[in-house]
Parts: sequence; structure tokens; C-alpha cells
Amino acid sequence: MSEHHNPPKGLMRWVLTTNHKDIGSMYLWLSLIMFFVGGFMAMIIRAELFEPGLQIVDPNFYNQMITMHGLIMIFGAVMPAFTGLANWMLPLMIGAPDMALPRMNNWSFWILPFAFIMLSSTLFMEGGSPNFGWTAYAPLSTTYAPNSTTFFIFAIHMMGISSIMGAINIIATILNLRAPGMTLMKMPMFAWTWLITAYLLLAVMPVLAGVVTMLLMDIHFGTSFFNAGGGGDPVLYQHVFWFFGHPEVYIVILPSFGIISTILPAFSRKPLFGYTSMVYALGSIAFLSFIVWAHHMFTVGMPLVGELFFMYATMVISVPTGVKIFNWVATMFRGSLTFEAPMLFSIAFVVLFTIGGFSGLMLAIAPADFQYHDTYFVVAHFHYVFVPGSVFAIFAATYYWLPKWTGNMYDESLAKVHFWFTFIGMNLTFFPMHFLGLAGMPRRIPDYNLQFADFNLIASVGGFLFGATQLVFLFLIIKCIKTGKPASESPWEGAEGLEWTVPSPAPYHTFSTPPDIK
Amino acid sequence: MRPLFQIKNATTRSLLSGLLISIGMFGFGFLLVPIYDIFCKYTGLNGKPDQNPYLYQAEDIIVDSSREITIQFLATNNASINWDFKPTLHKLKVHPGHIASLAFYVRNPNNKDMVGQAIPSVSPFDATDFVHKTECFCFLSQPLGAFQEKIMPLKIIIDSELPKRIKKITLSYTLFDITDMETKGTAVRAQLEKEGMIHDL
Repeated sequence: MSEHHNPPKGLMRWVLTTNHKDIGSMYLWLSLIMFFVGGFMAMIIRAELFEPGLQIVDPNFYNQMITMHGLIMIFGAVMPAFTGLANWMLPLMIGAPDMALPRMNNWSFWILPFAFIMLSSTLFMEGGSPNFGWTAYAPLSTTYAPNSTTFFIFAIHMMGISSIMGAINIIATILNLRAPGMTLMKMPMFAWTWLITAYLLLAVMPVLAGVVTMLLMDIHFGTSFFNAGGGGDPVLYQHVFWFFGHPEVYIVILPSFGIISTILPAFSRKPLFGYTSMVYALGSIAFLSFIVWAHHMFTVGMPLVGELFFMYATMVISVPTGVKIFNWVATMFRGSLTFEAPMLFSIAFVVLFTIGGFSGLMLAIAPADFQYHDTYFVVAHFHYVFVPGSVFAIFAATYYWLPKWTGNMYDESLAKVHFWFTFIGMNLTFFPMHFLGLAGMPRRIPDYNLQFADFNLIASVGGFLFGATQLVFLFLIIKCIKTGKPASESPWEGAEGLEWTVPSPAPYHTFSTPPDIK
Repeated sequence: MRPLFQIKNATTRSLLSGLLISIGMFGFGFLLVPIYDIFCKYTGLNGKPDQNPYLYQAEDIIVDSSREITIQFLATNNASINWDFKPTLHKLKVHPGHIASLAFYVRNPNNKDMVGQAIPSVSPFDATDFVHKTECFCFLSQPLGAFQEKIMPLKIIIDSELPKRIKKITLSYTLFDITDMETKGTAVRAQLEKEGMIHDL
């Protein structure tokens, strides 16, 4: 084998590859495609809600869009993006030659396109795609479900298997392939956040697989897990689902914490404030995420002690989260800040994620939750943590590492246009939803009372602006790959880390001999 | 002493422990079902009263004539069934400790034999443990021939230990069509069989 062996050409390179950079790129492209598919569904939702009345789609199709938008954005856009970033960057950050289990890596990626083809194909089936919301509450997903639900269940199984394999791979890589001298407490923050995320994935994706298997058995094999007529209980579904669901929301936010903790120090030209407390905060958040699930179901009927326990446990999470936000602000404090696109998205993350955190605290108050439950306030809350939380962090990471991936610099002024229109569009879309929810507009309904018309119009205009702006992002990436100015080995002045010690673009094989850690 | 088997490669060890955790958690997901049932049984969380007949112990029953409890009865059809199903009495006032008897009327308006199962629910849920039934149509599945009708008896005693603040109890029955499941028996029926409450089927 020659010293510089290059990848084979053609399609089979991508099918057979075990290279972490190839697989990382495929994850990121899949995620971008899914982001546009899910985004297009959001455009249909916002178009229908543009004015009161039923005008564009019929209610059943609207419900299908609501369901598929949620599933595709969570399992198709955000989770593969983070796995892609982990694949690309973790080996470079910890000085490993590749992921620990490269063949499994190939498999865990290639399951995904088929899972999403199967999930999307339900849209064209008789009776339509699943229409019960991404949470798939029984009996909506059993007794009243369309026939395509079975395909939805198997798609979830496949995504689960893919996520579990990805998680095992990341754990094996981080625990075994760190460069000599890099102790756990010297690891980059992104590696720490992904290590903890991977354990969360291992713990809860199997529970999701289990609960959808129970749905499958109730539908096809005559069991009664969630059917009261046979001795089951529909509320049980909600408990098991949210036992998965709450750690899941941390799965899609913890890697963002890692990205932000990497980018803020780089553009503040200061080391990260409070590294150790960041690690402990991560651990506490991960632990607490397992004991707060019932705050999603305050209104289903629970003993008072239960309501109080879940209320206080939920509020306790704001302590480690507050530690993290404090550390990020302290990192920027008295730094020499410059405002390139990755930094802009990171600062927006800190500000807007905090707003989402505060509305989360409001929802955690059990007596108040009875008013907010299933209203647009909840929609506003989780979009404020998902969009500026996960999506902005992915944008920031993309701009930050694009020079390393492509070897070219992106167009900074166009990226600033992308940032500002995204920022304005996002707030225009989701901020009015707080008011809509407090005024009582229910979620998942295609029509609404006239009193909600103005805010919905603003939200729809914001939504279209946000959606259109993402085409700029796509254009930016293609432009960067095709005609971007060549980037140096370390294009960011303040950036630290092993990934900046290899040439740009990163060669096909890196760190075949481990680097020295001081 | 040498261990039974040794995995030398650290990566293989990570892989195997990862797989073990995920298989274990898959099992734990299913384990949550019995955990939930036990939890509900002891806390009355899902408002589902004890599904076994109450064993009458004469000396333990103290009639508390100082207060009267209003019991409301509800009969609901699940979407799967279209039987006529109603209580003969919608409301009853009773002293705790007294046996209240009433009946539910049920009729199968279809031209086919069917089996129904009534599932009780008590509200407020913390009254669940204090509603005792010595006789209830919900203990058994109810087979009804085509166009057949039936009066189904119910005997309940409200425990005199019932907290003073509870003045009104709602006892609700939801009727499910279990014709398709009847061959396998219901969970409730299986439990009764196991405990020797039903001998013949």
C-alpha cells in the first residue's frame, strides 16, 4: 500500500467507505436534505395557518405534516447532523486515525436513507402517513391509526439501531483512541458532550424501540398494552414514551453545548471559563434527564406528590444549565471578540436558548402548566430550544469547520446575511407563538379563532423568511466547495485544538501516528 | 484464578458493553409495564379499582351514619362497541359501610353474538381504595347473543375509612368490544382464573 492512498472513484467509494470523513460528510448531507424536506412541511403548516379557516390542505393532511415535520426534523435533520459532526471532528480532535469501529460506522449510516425512504413513503400510501403527532400517543397510534403506522414503527426501529451503533462507535472511539497524554479531563468539550450524549442514546433509544414494539403488538398481535378493554392503560404509553422522550431532548442539545464551548473561546481569544464545572454540569443534566419525564404529562392525572416531585426535579435542571450559561458569558467577558458567522450564531444561541430555558421553567410550574399544556406556548418553547439550540449550533459548527472540510473559505458577507435573516425570521416566527399560547390557541389544529389571526400572520411571514433564507445557506456551502478562496491550516486566529494542526482540507488519512499532547 | 473469559481488545470491550446496555434497556422498557401496574395497584394512580371481588367481613364493617356519600354512575361505550349500556340509577346516596345495590342495563343491538368487557374507573382517584365491590359485572366479560339484553347487578360498599373531605364519588364504566380477544381471554379474566375465581369457561 502506498503512503498516500487515495479514495477510490465513483459511487462505490461512498457505499463501501469506512473512512470517518466520508461517512461524516454523508451524514451531514443527509441531514441537510432532511432539513429541507422537514422545512418544506413547516412551510405547508405555516401557509395553512397564514389566515383563519381551512384553505390549503385538509385537516388530516395537516396532521400528517405536523407528525412528519417533527419526526424528520428530530430524527432526520438534527440527530444525523450531530452524528456527522462527531464522525468528522472527534477523530481529528482527539488525535485518532479513524473511528474505532469503521465497518459498523458504514452500516449505521447506510441504514438511515432507507429508514427515511420508508418513513416518507407513508405519505403516498392509502390512508396517508401517520397523523398522530411525533409522540404517537396510544390509542391515536393504535385503534385510530392509519395502516401506514406499521411502516412508521419499522422506520423508528431502523433509526434506533443506527443511533445505537453510532453511539457505541463514539464511546469506543473516545474511550480507546485518544492520543497518548490526552486524559479525559483534557479532552475538548465537544468530545465530552458527545460521550455523555452517546450514553444517553444507549440508555433511551432501546426504550423507544420497546414502546413502539408494544404499539406494533397492540395493532397486529392482539395484545393490550395500551388498550383498557384488555386490561392495559393508554397512560402507560405516555410514561414509557417520555422516559425515552425527555433524555432525547438532551440528546439533541448536549452536542450543541460542546460546539458552543468550542467556538466561543476561539472568537473571544480566551480559554473556556470553568472547564471542570462544565463537565460536572453536563453529568448532572444527563442524570436529571431520567427523572423528570412526567412534566410532559402533568395534566393526565397524577398524585399531588408526583406533580410536586416532577416540578421540583425539573426546576433543579436549571441549576447546571445556569452554570453553563454563566460560563459561556464569563468566557466572552473581557475577551477580544470578533463577530464572524460562527460567533454570531453562537452568541444568538446563548441568548435565545436562555429564552427557551425560561419558558421551560414556566412550563415546569405544575399548576400553571394546566393552562399552557398543549397550547402554542409549548410550541414556542420547544422551537426556542430546538432552533437556536440545535440548529444554530449546527450552523455555527458548519461555518467554523467548513474551511477544514473543504479547504476553502466560505463567503463571510453572505454568511452574515444568512445569519441576520435567520435570526430575524426565527424570532418573528416563534416569538408571537408565546402570546398565542397564553391566549389559549391549541397546538396541532389547522384552524383557529379570529382573535389569533394577527399573530399567526406575523408567524407565517417570519416562517417564510426563515425558510427562504436557508436556500442562502445551501448556496453558501456549494459556493464554498466550488469557488471558495483556499483556507490555511488554521484559518481562525483564536482557534485551538488538534484539528487545526492538519492541513486544510483535512487529508483522507490523518493522525496515522498519534500526535504529542503537552 | 483466571477469569472465565477475557476480552483483550479494549474496543471490543466497549462494543460489547454498549450492546449489553442497549439490550438491557430494551428489556427495561418492557419491564416498565409490570412496574407501572404494581405502582398503580398500590397508589390507585390510574383510578382503576381492585379487579377482585371484595371479601365481605361482617365484623369489620362499621356503618358511619354520620355522613352520606353521593355516588354517581356513568356508563360509556368505547368507540369499538355500540351496545345500549346504562345504569338503572344515575345517583345514589349511601352511608359509608352500607351495601348499595343497583344494576346496569345492557343490550346488544347487533345481529351477531358479541362479548363486552366493562372497565371501571373511580374519580377522584384517591377514593379508589375505598370503593369495595362484592359483586360486579366488570369482574367477568359479558357475552351477549344477537339482540339479547341483560340486567347486570352491582353491589358496592364505601369504606367507612373514606377521607372526610370526599363527599362525592364517580364510578365510571367503559364498555369495550372484546369479541376478537375472547378466545385468548382478557388480562382480568386470566388473573381471576389464576386466583381460582372462575373455574369453568
